Parts: sequence; structure tokens; C-alpha cells
Amino acid sequence: MSETTPTPHPRIGADRPLSPHLQVYRPLFTMMMSIVHRITGVGLYFGMFLLAWWLFAAASGPDYFTWVQGFFGSWFGQVILFGFTWALLHHMLGGLRHFVWDMGHGFGEVERETMAKATLAGSVILTVLVWIIGYMVR
Amino acid sequence: MSMRTPLKTIRHLGSAKDGTSHFWQQRLTAVANVPLVIGFVILVIMLSGATHAEFVAAAGSPLGAIFLIAAVLSVTWHMRLGMQVVIEDYIHSEGMKIVLVLGNTFFTAAIALVSVFSILKLSFGG
Ligand code: HEM
Repeated sequence: MSETTPTPHPRIGADRPLSPHLQVYRPLFTMMMSIVHRITGVGLYFGMFLLAWWLFAAASGPDYFTWVQGFFGSWFGQVILFGFTWALLHHMLGGLRHFVWDMGHGFGEVERETMAKATLAGSVILTVLVWIIGYMVR
Repeated sequence: MSMRTPLKTIRHLGSAKDGTSHFWQQRLTAVANVPLVIGFVILVIMLSGATHAEFVAAAGSPLGAIFLIAAVLSVTWHMRLGMQVVIEDYIHSEGMKIVLVLGNTFFTAAIALVSVFSILKLSFGG
């Protein structure tokens, strides 16, 4: 055993340098899509409050439920629900993309771009489709 | 000479102490979420302008209720795991991290509890 004093253990939470982050990279489409997967996930996280509220209103009885249905039916409610639908479908397709990667496929330069574009186009088309059907069956 | 203990190698748990279970549960719930979310979107389309009676009849029917509870449980578990990773990625102060990870669990538990109770009430309580 040597007599040198050990270097003090770094203080937890000290301002140590972090690895290069977002600001040093040129934005790429695939990178933006990765960020959007996270943003939609977080958006859906808070959006789940709406589902709980809807179910709670139904359990509370007709009066309150009718009021909440009125809110979701207003233009403001419809905008929120439209955004929720897009976030949900985009995140779902992004999740399918993760499954492909998990299986060890889709890492090539071309495949990555194609899958990212398909996710974005698919989510927009599906969202519009869902809402058209929604208004038709009403 | 290796400083690693044989126990560590046997357990396969790594520095986070739970091995790949977080990753695996995130994938498991993600796979379950796919059919559940598709079914949920269809259900919402059917019920978007529904009256209270129509809503109770659909969401409170055995099939509707079982489906909704499955969707709520899978999604809340998935979103709790997901948000924990987001918190761990961006919050570097140890105290704040613990507070937010706790808050994450409370929020998702509250969503799950309110939703499941409401569905059960629609089913059993009319
Ligand atoms: C529709 C089916 C869904 C699929 C297939 C899916 C798939 C996934 C996958 C694979 C990840 C991991 C991404 C990674 O490792 O980087 C993830 C993350 C996440 N998901 Fe989902 N998910 C779905 C629905 C949802 C819903 C409904 C919510 C919230 C209510 C949600 C919230 C999150 C959050 C917060 C994350 C963490 C984001 C991140 O780490 O970047 N997901 N999802």
C-alpha cells in the first residue's frame, strides 16, 4: 500500500463536462425524427390526463359527462384531440421503426432515411384518415 | 488481475442493478400498445359524439371494459418507463432527479387508478 492520498471522490452533481450534445451537430432529418419520437412520447404522457378525465366524467354521471363531451367537441377540444391523434400515430409508427432496429435491420444510410420519411408521411395520412372517418360516422 | 467479483458476472445485472429489464419492459409494453392503441382509436371514433348512455353501454360492456383496462395498464406502465429515461437523461442534479422520478410514478399511478376505477364503475355501478 502506498502512502499517497487518494484523489478525492468527485462530488456528486459537480459541473463535470458532458459529451458534445445537440448544439454541435448539423441537424439531420433522422435526428429530428428521433427527437420527435421523444417529444410525442412526452406529449402523450401528459395527454393521458385527457383519457382519465373522459373516463372519470363518464363514471361521474350524465351531467358532467355531457359538459366534458361539449368541451372535447368545441374547436379548442378538437384541435387538442387532433394533435393527440397525430402524436399517437406518429409515436406508434416510430415505435415500429424501433422494432425493426431491435431486430438488427434498417441501419443502412438509405433505409434510415426511407423509414423516417415513411413514418412522417404515414402518421400525417393516417391522422387525416382517422378524422375523416370520425366525422363521417358521426 | 481482474477486480470484478464472480457474483457480478453470475447476476448479469450491471450498474443499474436491474439488467436489461427496463429496456425489455419498455419493448414488451410497446408491442402490446400497438393493437391496444389501434383498437382504442377505433373505439374513440365510435364514441366521439356519444351520449352518456351510449358511452356507458360500450365502455362498460365486458369486452369494452376489459379492453380499456388492458390499454390503460399497458400504456401507463410504458409511459412511466419512458418518462423515467427522459428524466435520467436531462436532470443531472441527484436530488431533483429523485423528486421527478418519484413524481413520475405518482402521476402514472394516479392516471391508472382514476381510469381503471372509472371503467369498473361503468361496468359494475351503472
Ligand atoms: C402506440 C404504440 C406505442 C409504441 C409502439 C411505442 C413504442 C415506444 C418505443 C419503442 C420507445 C422506446 C424508444 C427508445 O428506446 O428510444 C418508446 C418510448 C416512449 N414512449 Fe412509447 N410507444 C407507444 C405508445 C405510447 C404511448 C400511448 C405513450 C404515452 C402515453 C408513450 C410514451 C412514451 C414515452 C414517454 C417514451 C420515452 C421517450 C424517449 O425515451 O425518447 N408511448 N415508445
